[in-house]
Amino acid sequence: MDFSYSYLVLVLPFVTFLFLGLMGTRLSRKAAGVVGTTMMGITAVIAYTIALDYFFGTTQGQLVDGIRQQLVAWDLTWLEFSEKLVIKLGFLLDPISAMMLIVITTVSFLVHLYSLGYMQDHHHEYEKGLQRYYAFLSLFSLSMLGLVVAPNIFQMYIFWELVGVSSYLLIGFYYTLPAAVSASKKAFIVTRFADLGFLVGILILSFYTQTFDFITLTSDPTAAIATAGGATFMGCSVTAWALTLIFMGGAGKSAMFPLHIWLPDAMEGPTPVSALIHAATMVVAGVYLIARMFPLYCLEEGAMTIITVIGAFTAFYAAAVACVQSDIKRVLAFSTISQIAFMVTSLGVARPELHDGVGYMASMFHLFTHAMFKALLFLCAGAIIHAVHSNEMSAMGGLRKYMPICNIAFLIGCLAIAGIPPFAGFFSKDEILVAAFLNSPIWGVWMMLVAGMTAFYMFRLYYKIFWWNTPNYHHTPHDGPMTMSLPLIILSGISIVAGFVPFGEMVTYDRASHPIHMTMWVAISSVAVAVVAILLATKLYLKENEAPAKMKDAFKGVWTAAYNRFYMDELYQFITHKIIFERVSRPLAWFDRQIVDGSLNMLANITNSASYAVRKLQSGNIQAYVYVYLIGALLLGAITVICLI
Amino acid sequence: MELTLLMYIVPSLIMFCCGVYGFITRKNMIAILISLELMLNAVDINFVVFNRYLFPGEMEGMFFSLFAIAIAAAETALAIAIIVNVFRMAKNIDIRELIKMKF
Repeated sequence: MDFSYSYLVLVLPFVTFLFLGLMGTRLSRKAAGVVGTTMMGITAVIAYTIALDYFFGTTQGQLVDGIRQQLVAWDLTWLEFSEKLVIKLGFLLDPISAMMLIVITTVSFLVHLYSLGYMQDHHHEYEKGLQRYYAFLSLFSLSMLGLVVAPNIFQMYIFWELVGVSSYLLIGFYYTLPAAVSASKKAFIVTRFADLGFLVGILILSFYTQTFDFITLTSDPTAAIATAGGATFMGCSVTAWALTLIFMGGAGKSAMFPLHIWLPDAMEGPTPVSALIHAATMVVAGVYLIARMFPLYCLEEGAMTIITVIGAFTAFYAAAVACVQSDIKRVLAFSTISQIAFMVTSLGVARPELHDGVGYMASMFHLFTHAMFKALLFLCAGAIIHAVHSNEMSAMGGLRKYMPICNIAFLIGCLAIAGIPPFAGFFSKDEILVAAFLNSPIWGVWMMLVAGMTAFYMFRLYYKIFWWNTPNYHHTPHDGPMTMSLPLIILSGISIVAGFVPFGEMVTYDRASHPIHMTMWVAISSVAVAVVAILLATKLYLKENEAPAKMKDAFKGVWTAAYNRFYMDELYQFITHKIIFERVSRPLAWFDRQIVDGSLNMLANITNSASYAVRKLQSGNIQAYVYVYLIGALLLGAITVICLI
Repeated sequence: MELTLLMYIVPSLIMFCCGVYGFITRKNMIAILISLELMLNAVDINFVVFNRYLFPGEMEGMFFSLFAIAIAAAETALAIAIIVNVFRMAKNIDIRELIKMKF
């Protein structure tokens, strides 16, 4: 069976989106949810078939000489401007896109299912606008799938914008809440600003390399860069500029510092949406983009350095902020930023010659495992919020007695993200640390420190929710219905076993098989760091005590700064409102109103007053006409007489 | 005393100038109409007189003035009808007040 049936993966969510978007209100809310979930389930089955056939089948030339091939299942010409400028829509299958198909459809399906339970109020009434919610989820799934299978950079850009739109729509789902509305606008504007860099990068790259095609670009990157003919701009080659600008787009979507500010606010959306879009899939699009163009990035050392530095700094920054936040979704949001930064750093430190490009594999591996355990953590958080009706840690505590399923699932998620074997996160994070150490011990130590912080803040969160003290609950919290618990159980299972997937044999930078070898000293030391961090968190947060408050008072300045996210939002506010709006926009607006509009208004006014002046001649008063005629006639007569004399 | 050409033309000229003066200065539409008739009749006199003095034996001037009198009668009837209608609508026949359709 060839892969031509793969178009169904895109068509099914699209049809669902159109159906629910146009006809949804004629269905009951529950029916709309069931339709959306079923269609996503079918899509997931097809995507699994494709991915498994790609990885394990042999009939389509998936594997040639031990190297997995990049297969284009189909490629349609969509817009043809000239012979070279052709925009196509296609379906590219290679290890990373096949892996992403699995990640996206799994998480998306489970989120669809979970939402059936989550999107109910406490009278078990489905929420208003559920049809719209499922329509947007389908739109998002379509866009994300279209993004990962894009065989050319332009298709990727189109779907890249579409995921941005669906993210905007879903963050603003509760459009009656001002916070949700401004969060959705913030997310859209910040990522859109970053996408400007992406678009410019695409244009530069394709102008100089004469192609949009990923396969042409990456199969022979040296030739692609040679096509640019060594053109330079401000001392750097144009390809370096293009790749850095493209990374800017990726950094915006993946919430890298300093473009991260939208992600914590995006938590205003429904929690399942946060799990799907802002933890598992859309936010890793930036990582995926770099991985997709990895062979090109390898040739531009400068761009790689920028990626590494930004990634490593973001990882530390976000982990530091996550340690003191009090809103559980904010903690998870900053944790997501930190973990994505791990992936970005891993790509940044990866080199083909270093241990068979282990960083690339580690990044993709971590993307896969992180998607699973972070979706799990978010869905648990959703269940907790659903049970206690608050996002704040202070409203929680002692929940282990009331929500046993959630407790165990959350603990598994925390162990996975902290990197305790045999949970999934251990294997992928360990490979990232190996890659970092191979590149430079500085990055290795740095990332290990951040990994320790990760373990600390995750267990702080865990203890604060499930242990600590037990506040007086108005009504007893309890685990959600089966639709909510089942995704938790499935994702817990995946989080336990996902680490044993032989990623090194499946997803590598050159698509050949490079089995993973554990580097024992890195593994042991990273586990040791994680265990120490967990013990510290246990000491501080297991039972209610005064120590955390004392520590907070001792480091008041740092604590306040971290709690306020090191004032990044205020800095943005200052730059946009005080500098850009006040110093740039306002003078420009004045110039526009006074000079540009003013000169045109002046022309109009002159014409107008001239017309009013001239109008007096045409008074319509017949007697005046006669008078003028008479005077004229007399004058003419007088002139005639004078002339004759 | 022989009646000369000038003895006809001078009263005719005075009549015409009175007509013009009245046409320009009167504000009452009926007065304007009367002034118009005055000018017309002054011209009729000229037709007859010039025919009589310059082309004795020819009749074109006579006929033309008869024709003009008939036209003037019709035109006056029409004008009076308009003025009556205007008066019904505006309760006024002062030419300065009738500016409703100007703008």
